Amino acid sequence: MQVPAPFEYERANNVAEAIALRERLGPEARFIAGGHSLLPMMKLRLANPEYLIDINDCEELFYISEDGGEIRIGAMTRHRELLESELLAEHFPIFRDAEEVIADPVVRNRGTLGGSLCQADPSEDLSAVCTTLDASCVIKSTSGERVVSMHDFHVGPYETAVGDAEMLTEIRIPLKANGGSAYEKVERRAGDWAVVSSGAAVWFDGDTIAEGRVGLAAVGPNTTSIDPVSEALRGATPSEDLYQQVGEIAAANCSPQDDQRGSAAYKTHLAMELTKRALRRAVARANGQEA
Amino acid sequence: MTATEPQAETDERPIGFGRLLRKEDPRLIRGMGNFVDDIQLPGMLHLAILRSPMAHARIVSIDKSAAEAHPKVVAVITGEDLAAQGLAWMPTLSNDVQAVLATDKVRFQHQEVAFVVAEDRYSARDALELIIVDYEWIDPVIDVRKAMDADTPVIRDDLDDKTDNHIFDWETGDAAETEAIFASADVVVSEEIIYPRVHPAPMETCGCVADVERVSGQLTLWSTTQAPHAHRTVYALVAGLPEHKIRVIAPDIGGGFGNKVPIYPGYVCAIVASLVIGKPVKWMEDRTENLVSTGFARDYVMQGEIAATKEGKILAVRTNVLADHGAFNGVAAPVKYPAGFFGVFTGSYDLEAAYCKMQAVYTNKAPGGVAYACSFRITEAVYLVERIVDCLAYELDMDPAELRLKNFIQPDQFPYETKTGWVYDSGDYEPAMRKAMEMAGYDELRREQAEKREKGELMGIGLAFFTEAVGAGPRKDMDILGLGMADGCELRIHPTGKAVVRLSVKTQGQGHETTFAQIVAEEIGIPPEDIEVIHGDTDNTPFGLGTYGSRSTPVSGAAAALVTRKVRDKAQIIASGMLEVSVADLEWNKGSFSVKGDPEKSVTIQDIAMKAHGAGDLPDGIEGGLEAQICYNPENLTYPFGAYICVVDIDPGTAVVKVRRFIAVDDCGTQINPMIIEGQVHGGLADGVGMAMMEMISFDEDGNCLGGSLMDYLIPTALETPDWETGHTVTPSPHHPIGAKGIGESATVGSPPAVVNAIVDALKPYGIRHADMPLTPSRVWETMQGNHTPPI
Amino acid sequence: MQVDMTVNGQEVSEEIEPRHLLVHFIRDQLGLTGTHWGCDTSNCGTCVVLIDGEPVKSCTTLAAMAGGHDVQTVEGMEVDGELDPVQEGFMQCHGLQCGFCTPGMMLTARALLNNDPNPTEEVIREAISGQICRCTGYSTIVRSIQWAAAHESAVTVGTSNGSAS
Repeated sequence: MQVPAPFEYERANNVAEAIALRERLGPEARFIAGGHSLLPMMKLRLANPEYLIDINDCEELFYISEDGGEIRIGAMTRHRELLESELLAEHFPIFRDAEEVIADPVVRNRGTLGGSLCQADPSEDLSAVCTTLDASCVIKSTSGERVVSMHDFHVGPYETAVGDAEMLTEIRIPLKANGGSAYEKVERRAGDWAVVSSGAAVWFDGDTIAEGRVGLAAVGPNTTSIDPVSEALRGATPSEDLYQQVGEIAAANCSPQDDQRGSAAYKTHLAMELTKRALRRAVARANGQEA
Repeated sequence: MTATEPQAETDERPIGFGRLLRKEDPRLIRGMGNFVDDIQLPGMLHLAILRSPMAHARIVSIDKSAAEAHPKVVAVITGEDLAAQGLAWMPTLSNDVQAVLATDKVRFQHQEVAFVVAEDRYSARDALELIIVDYEWIDPVIDVRKAMDADTPVIRDDLDDKTDNHIFDWETGDAAETEAIFASADVVVSEEIIYPRVHPAPMETCGCVADVERVSGQLTLWSTTQAPHAHRTVYALVAGLPEHKIRVIAPDIGGGFGNKVPIYPGYVCAIVASLVIGKPVKWMEDRTENLVSTGFARDYVMQGEIAATKEGKILAVRTNVLADHGAFNGVAAPVKYPAGFFGVFTGSYDLEAAYCKMQAVYTNKAPGGVAYACSFRITEAVYLVERIVDCLAYELDMDPAELRLKNFIQPDQFPYETKTGWVYDSGDYEPAMRKAMEMAGYDELRREQAEKREKGELMGIGLAFFTEAVGAGPRKDMDILGLGMADGCELRIHPTGKAVVRLSVKTQGQGHETTFAQIVAEEIGIPPEDIEVIHGDTDNTPFGLGTYGSRSTPVSGAAAALVTRKVRDKAQIIASGMLEVSVADLEWNKGSFSVKGDPEKSVTIQDIAMKAHGAGDLPDGIEGGLEAQICYNPENLTYPFGAYICVVDIDPGTAVVKVRRFIAVDDCGTQINPMIIEGQVHGGLADGVGMAMMEMISFDEDGNCLGGSLMDYLIPTALETPDWETGHTVTPSPHHPIGAKGIGESATVGSPPAVVNAIVDALKPYGIRHADMPLTPSRVWETMQGNHTPPI
Repeated sequence: MQVDMTVNGQEVSEEIEPRHLLVHFIRDQLGLTGTHWGCDTSNCGTCVVLIDGEPVKSCTTLAAMAGGHDVQTVEGMEVDGELDPVQEGFMQCHGLQCGFCTPGMMLTARALLNNDPNPTEEVIREAISGQICRCTGYSTIVRSIQWAAAHESAVTVGTSNGSAS
């Protein structure tokens, strides 16, 4: 069996301790949360940190709460909690849609929201979900905290805005009235990474869409929110034509590659098809027509 | 309840055939199995292998000094070191040679280049990073279609006078007769049909613990092998070790599927390391090593042709095959059959002619070729014929079930000699087909499909009918490396009437400890729980070639039945003495002999066993003891068959395929344990879904293997597989002592064409006649767009 | 470094390298070889153990990370000679062939039944979907878990350390 190269292990009991350790140990240190992305890379020796800081004891990072017009989720919240959260299901059913198809139930017992976002894999689903919901990320360091949008959080593939002595601690999602959201994913097999995924969220003002967003995964260097989609949705009335039009915009705004998961042409088609479906469901949910 | 309360349907508790819970299970469900990596010996060292990052490259230099300086490293060995001992190359099971460690050049990505032996497995792995190898790139041969081009690099320049990448040409059937029929047939359909490279990927990877005892020179090798006796002989041949000083033990094996038939360099490395260092050495592959370097399967590019009348009478089948064998010809097949049993590509149909032409070539890919429950290439043969028959049905616009029913070999034609010379022992195909159709509700499914098509919904119904040839094989025709494919079996009845039976075959999960106890029980009337089955240890079992090609029941099962009859014959003589009547006056009542016409006068087998070992005289000429040994040489192969129906639904928007139902009716002759048979079928059906829809070992143009982890090489989970619906018919084999035919690989053979046929059937509205595996959503969608491309 | 944890109800304290994977700690250091490994990438699930009652892939967990926690392996399923109904179900319904994936499958089943005593077939299939079986094609595993669900109402099972009362 593959095994990681040697490293030193530290366990942080709280966020302050974790950040202090990170600051002291420098750029060769990494946090380990669920470990289900990092450890396989370490076994392949694609990642060789000198120190691992285990943050699984940072109890203040495990929560899903409603606060100040936002849903706030602690970075260590595990996939399974996201899947089972009634609060999230009520406001953002997109989370349940996505979590049902992220990895597998055993991995979901360990993997975390923060870990997923920090991995910044272009095929990663929660990044697309958070992008769709216009989430922002709270990044802490010894000198305080800053809040960055999802757009700024992902700097490039496998690269985030979190600095060497910083820690992602919380994800905030603005609560807006009359909304609905949904997630659609095609995978070759249960537990596989997305061939393409699409998340959609809409917020209504009467019969028209006040705001709408689409986030895609696995169709470009990073999960992307698409401005022309938001523009097309703003003020629009839902219809099959609208879904089709927005699907086409989504497809036109992605740049997938041929690989083992599928051809670029297929992925482009999926960007269209899945966006259409996600949007249709998001609208139905906003109108209370579907759970 | 008590935890041991048996399920109602398990109440049979048969003394012989019937549903019986497995004797293997009590240890396995407690985590008390003993797999190779579970073995810990005092002072045991760990071996790790350095592999080539390139598919084709000359080795310029290897610097192992830094690795040797690692404090926990005991030895670092290169190909040059092995060459000095004459051990750098080893024979393959096809009379080719394969590098144990590369000396001159590497010929596939991840080929073995050096190994490290260290005090623990982590250090061994660390030290691999410290070996510096300088490679000189050579253009790799990856596209099998270009392997024989004039300007292509020669992969096997180690072989004398080798100037190309040719391995063998092979043909079967009558070319001229077949051509004549094709020339005058009403309908001829031709299609390129590809069976991509796949991998058995058993859940336990390959590995071993080698322990050479310094003073006696005795080697004990715990090894993941399906064929312990054959391996022992090969080790004797390759390493020059005396065979009586080698003991190969196959402990619990975590699945084989043919992956554990060949001998891999790692086994030889561990033996050499233990020999040199004088301590036990363990080598266990990681998953990547298993997928990228050990026995793959298939990799056939087949041009299939079928000729028929316009009424749908199939006249002839013809095929031209290009076979990719990788860098070394490591195929495990009887010597006279370089293409395995591909000759059964004539299927279950009564043909007028058939012809196959095949060329096998080297490429810069891992060696292998016969694995993954393939029944010696019958998987490819059945896929070819069942796919091309569906292509014919498409062209004739005929129901594929009707077409098959119209062309079956009829019951009165058995034994049936095919146009390629195989003699099918027995068969009654139509009842199996009708039963599957009835279970499926075939007509109703077709009605539903028609309705769905009206609405633009995609539903497919796929059929496959297969005939296998298993149980290799008659020694006049079949050997591997000169070793005949017969199996030994030994049975001893202890004085108290308990028994021990020793087999040459070895379970990897098939349940031999149960099935073979039942065979003996059926023949001698001793309850299965009183019969111990010993297997997987060359020092404690008779010689035989092992478990693969579904041969355990057809060959060793026959051996077990016959050795038991031999013991029973002796028991009858002893009983005649005990009851003071002649042998002819006794009748057998499964467990006891009684005097004809006087059933009160009887002796049980247990009484006889005690008598055989006890005091007092035995009948004249009868020695004490109650035991026998035989070596069974099968007179023919056995020919299991089955009818499979798969139902799929395809989302037209995403091209995602859902397998809705799978109906399998198998006929493996006499059934020994229906529960185990059903399990064997289920496993093979999941394989079929895997191969048809997701499994493939592919390469990029530089020869990098793209299927090197279970993230990339996808195996179906419980969510892609339906609840299997199984049924059976029983057509005993006429030449097998209990009429059993074997079931191990039937479903792996029969299910891929059923799944593919279903998917292609669903795509009929798009004018699709054929699509190659693996039918991932992307490949299905491209097919729907008219852009289907071959996978290789 | 030193790691302390509870394994099958027993306190263990061992010296380890920080990089030691939990599966190796359990197998090589504690000698509990019922937990297997089948891949390196957390795809196959043969290495599943319960940590604090939840199934976790022990090949993708550091032994150090399990420190202070409660680990249960297949060896802890049988208590005082009484098999867990899940174990019995796997025997009764032919839920295993080679037996390699079986410990992981059974532990996942145990955790499932603790949360949902009467799971539907769909729920069972989802629960075991992170674990690969190459032998059974899964139907008999599903039946085994259903058997256990149907037979365990009369016994109290499944505290996180595997002790039955």
